[in-house]
Amino acid sequence: MRKPGSRRSRQRRLGDALAAVLALLASAAADAQCEELRPFKIVGDAIPAALTETAGDATRGRAIILDRRLGACLLCHTGPFPEEKFQGTLAPDLTGAGSRWSEGELRLRLVDPTRLNPQTTMPAYYRVEGLTRVAQAWRGKPVLTAEQIEDVVAFLSSLRD
Amino acid sequence: MNFLLRPLVALATTIALAAAPDERRSGYDIAGPEIRAMQDDDTANPGNLWVLQGETLWGKPTGAADRSCADCHGDAQMTMKGVAARYPAFDAVLARPLDLEQRINQCRTEHQKAEPLAWESEDLLAVTAFVARQSRGLPITVSASLELRPFLALGKQLFEQREGQLNLSCSQCHDDNWGKQLAGNLIPQGHPTGYPIYRLQWQSLGSLQRRLRNCMTGLRAEPFEYGAPQAIALEFYLMERARGMPMDAPAVRP
Ligand code: HEC
Ligand code: HEC
Repeated sequence: MRKPGSRRSRQRRLGDALAAVLALLASAAADAQCEELRPFKIVGDAIPAALTETAGDATRGRAIILDRRLGACLLCHTGPFPEEKFQGTLAPDLTGAGSRWSEGELRLRLVDPTRLNPQTTMPAYYRVEGLTRVAQAWRGKPVLTAEQIEDVVAFLSSLRD
Repeated sequence: MNFLLRPLVALATTIALAAAPDERRSGYDIAGPEIRAMQDDDTANPGNLWVLQGETLWGKPTGAADRSCADCHGDAQMTMKGVAARYPAFDAVLARPLDLEQRINQCRTEHQKAEPLAWESEDLLAVTAFVARQSRGLPITVSASLELRPFLALGKQLFEQREGQLNLSCSQCHDDNWGKQLAGNLIPQGHPTGYPIYRLQWQSLGSLQRRLRNCMTGLRAEPFEYGAPQAIALEFYLMERARGMPMDAPAVRP
């Protein structure tokens, strides 16, 4: 049987527990290795210049939005996608996004929405820094490539009211 | 003084409760009628198969010590009542909390001199489900002792920390967006009242750790290893967050 702890041993146990927790916190520090992203410039609340030389393709963009392994946008959003029965209710409807936002504004909202709203639930689709515990398979990679971002921007811009 | 204060305190408590009604909802509370009916009826709840298997294992002598759980603990209906509702619990020798599965395995290695059961193995799920079943309807009451505070703080920190490629925290879904649809899935508040659960999507019983690993994988985060201190800290925080809610293991979830 264990003896009920004296004050001394209780303090030691508390000390041990604290040390253990501090070590765990240190090991959870942000991941280091990152891939080079194409440079981009934020002007106001937008990234006016495209990330690629070739223009995005709206048809591919639409498919990326629907694909659960790529954009997975409809986990959270609803939008004009009659073929998708299950759409999310965490985020604004994407219908008319191209009327509400310029191309550059849409680009920043995809690349890294935390630049506009640090508390947002919307993931940053073109960012690799400042993330924690990213799974091995995804480490150092953005969710979407520069080309895919441009495809999605092209499609969203075409969504007019 | 005391005589004057008491009614005031009572009044203040009533007001506080009236102003902040308990907003907590278990997975059962938000489930549809089919899932609830399945959970409530022992003959329809698939988790009950594991409970029955666990009952058999409870009475079966095992290991070099050739002792059964019952040899030490007797009638589980008496001795295991409320136990699952207060785990993870602090282990003074290891100076950290252990969850129910780890506690069961500690009994196996220390007292039965048997091999520990593998995480998510049928036998570990069965014994855990049988023990957890003895807490059905009882409120969650994890310990608030001083030694556990750092682990609670760690669990809370992990719950609120953004992680994975999708950079979301548990809290962003389970505190801020519960009740909304994540595509086809209704986001629950994430209370651990019913574990191990029978999940229709798994076609099997599964532990709370398995559930946490699922959410972490969904965020494209590296899940914690089974039994990792971080995973236990998260479990502990979830139990504290659900303090007072009734246990309903083995629950059924979509
Ligand atoms: C995990 C949830 C989530 C996912 C996944 C998600 N979003 Fe969002 N999105 C949000 C939220 C929440 C907002 C509201 C603005 C905010 O909170 O910053 C938003 C805002 C937006 C906006 C601005 C909408 C408006 O009209 O104000 C656009 C455009 C957008 N998202 C597009 C996308 C696209 C395209 C994808 C996929 C490539 C995507 N989102 C994936 C949660 C999400
Ligand atoms: C993007 C949203 C999201 C995030 C972030 C998230 N979860 Fe979940 N969680 C869900 C959904 C949706 C379910 C319901 C089951 C399902 O459909 O997968 C769930 C289920 C659960 C459950 C089971 C509740 C029950 O009633 O049985 C627990 C516990 C839980 N999550 C804990 C966590 C923890 C801990 C984290 C962080 C490591 C986390 N979740 C992150 C969406 C999320």
